[in-house]
Amino acid sequence: MKWDLAAFAQPLCQFLALELTPAIPVIGGVLFLFVLGTLLRTSFSDPGVLPRATPDEAADLERQIDVANGSTGYRPPPRTKEVVINGQTVKLKYCFTCKIFRPPRASHCSLCDNCVERFDHHCPWVGNCVGRRNYRFFYMFILSLSFLTIFIFAFVITHIILRSHQHGFLKALKESPARYPFTKIGLSAFIAATALTNSTVVVCFFSIWSIVGLSGFHTYLIGSNQTTNEDIKGSWSSKRGKDNHNPYSHGNIFTNCCAALCGPLPPSLIDRRGFIQSGTPQLAPPTNGITMYGATQSQQSHMAATIPLLQQQSSEPVILTTSPENGVSLPGRNSLTLSGPCSSLPFGQPTPPTSTPSLSCHEATDMLPIHGHSHTHTHNHSHPLQEPVAHHHYLTPEEVPSPPGMLPCGSPHSHTMQAGFYNPASQDSLHEDSVRGLVKLSSV
Amino acid sequence: MAETHSLQDLQQPGVSSKVFVQRDYSSGTICKFQTKFPSDLESRLDKQQFEETIQTLNNLYAEAEKLGGKSYLEGCLACLTAYTIFLCMETHYEKVLKKITRYIKDQNEKIYAPRGLLLTDPIERGLRVVEITIFEDRSVGSGR
Repeated sequence: MKWDLAAFAQPLCQFLALELTPAIPVIGGVLFLFVLGTLLRTSFSDPGVLPRATPDEAADLERQIDVANGSTGYRPPPRTKEVVINGQTVKLKYCFTCKIFRPPRASHCSLCDNCVERFDHHCPWVGNCVGRRNYRFFYMFILSLSFLTIFIFAFVITHIILRSHQHGFLKALKESPARYPFTKIGLSAFIAATALTNSTVVVCFFSIWSIVGLSGFHTYLIGSNQTTNEDIKGSWSSKRGKDNHNPYSHGNIFTNCCAALCGPLPPSLIDRRGFIQSGTPQLAPPTNGITMYGATQSQQSHMAATIPLLQQQSSEPVILTTSPENGVSLPGRNSLTLSGPCSSLPFGQPTPPTSTPSLSCHEATDMLPIHGHSHTHTHNHSHPLQEPVAHHHYLTPEEVPSPPGMLPCGSPHSHTMQAGFYNPASQDSLHEDSVRGLVKLSSV
Repeated sequence: MAETHSLQDLQQPGVSSKVFVQRDYSSGTICKFQTKFPSDLESRLDKQQFEETIQTLNNLYAEAEKLGGKSYLEGCLACLTAYTIFLCMETHYEKVLKKITRYIKDQNEKIYAPRGLLLTDPIERGLRVVEITIFEDRSVGSGR
C-alpha cells in the first residue's frame, strides 16, 4: 500500500511540478510536516493537568467543609462553592478524585483521570485532552490540516483536469499512472493507483467538510473565549438568563484570539519524568528550612507529585473502615464517607464530554447524549484501550497496599480484591484513581 | 537557656499543623491567593506581614500571566521557530516562577523561619495553595 502511495504521489508531484510550478510539492511537503509537528505537540504535551491534593490539603478541606455543613449527620448536598467573577456567578465544584475544588473552567477528564485546566475536550484522534497548555497546538493542527486537505484536494482536481485536457476525461481518470512507465507498476498496482486517485478525491472531499467545519467551530470558540465544554453546556448562552455572559472574554475578538494563541504558556504542574518514591509514608517537613530551597524545583515537584499519590493509597486503610451506609454506590476510598454518603454524587459530579469524537462541529449536538454518560461507562469502555499505554508509561509502586499498579484490563471485578469497597458503578472512577492518575497517559 | 529561634537549634522540629491559603478565583482563572488571615497564625505572625507576603505573591503571578506586547511577541516568536526557541531560553512565566521561588526563600529566611513557620512554594502544590507549616515551638517558656 505504501509503495502504491509512493507510486501515485510521485508521478502526481512530478506532473504538477512540470506542468505548473515546482513550488507545489514543496508547499505540500512543508504543510504536511507542519501538520505532523503540531499533532505530535498536541498529543505529547501536558494539557494542564492539576496535580492531586496532598493528604494534608485534602484533610484541611474536609475539615472546612464539615464545619460549613455542620455535623448533623444528614446527607450534605454536593460540594460546590460559588464565586463571582466579573459579575457572573460561577459554581466551583469539588472533585472527589483529585480532592480539590476545581478552578473555574477546569474539568475532570475520566479518560485521563485528571482534572485539566481550561478543559476543552478529550480528543481521541489526538489521544490526549485538549486544555490550557495545548489548545493552541490543537488549533494549529486542525487549521493546518484543513489547509492541507484543501490543498491536496485542489491539486488532485487540477491534475485530473489538466490530464483530461490532454486525453478524454474518463480516460484521464483511468490512465493517470500509465503515463509514467518508469514507475514500473504492475497491473494490480495500476488499478490501485487509479483507485487512489479517485479515493483521494473522495476522502479529501469528505474530510474537508469535517475538518474545515471543526476549524471554523474552534475559531468561533477562540473568538468568544469559550471552551468546547462550555459551549456544549451553554454555560454562557443568553438563553440561560438575561444577564448571562462570559466572564472570561476580554471583550473584543482580537484580544481573545491573541490571548488564546499567543498568550503566555504556563509550565507543566506535574512531574512527568519522576519516579515514584516507594515507601515514604509522609512528606516529611524539611529539617532545615534553608537547605530545602537549595534543592531543585524539579526535585521537589518530584516529591510533591509522586509522594502524595502514594499516600493516597497508604491512607486507604483508615478510610476504608467506614463502610457504605446504604446500598448506594459509594466511593469507598473517599474520606467523604465520614460525613455521610453522597448519593447525590452522580449529580454533583460534572462530567465533561470525554469520549467526544471531535471530528465535526455537526457532531456537537451528538455530544449531548455522551455528556450524560456516567464516568464509569466511558471509563470501563475506554480503559482496555488505554491500558497498554498506561502499562508502558509508569512504574508500579511496590509497596502499594491497594491493587497492584498494573490493573489487568481494567476489569471492575479486580477491585473486589479490595475488600469490596469499590463499586464499579461508582461515579467517581476511583477504582484506579491513585494508580492511573499517577502518570499522564501521554508520554513525556 | 538559649533562645531557640535559630533554625540550627530547631533540628527535627515537630510539625504542629499546616495552614493552607486557598486560591481566590474572584478575578477569574488567574493565579491569586486569598489574603484572608488564617486564625491559626494569629499567635505567630502579624496580619499585615502575612498580607504583604500574599499580595506580593499575587502581584508576581499576575506579572507572569500578564497579556501584553511582550508576551505576544514571545508567543509569536516561539510559534515561528516551531517552539524550538524554548530549548535555548526560558519562557517569561518560568522566569517569574524562579523569581517567586527566590522571594519565598527570602521571606522564609527573614520573617517566617524566626517564627517557626515555613512557607512552601505554591508551584510545589500545583499552584493550588500556599502551604504554611507551623512547627512546634520548643523555646522555653513558650506556651505552644
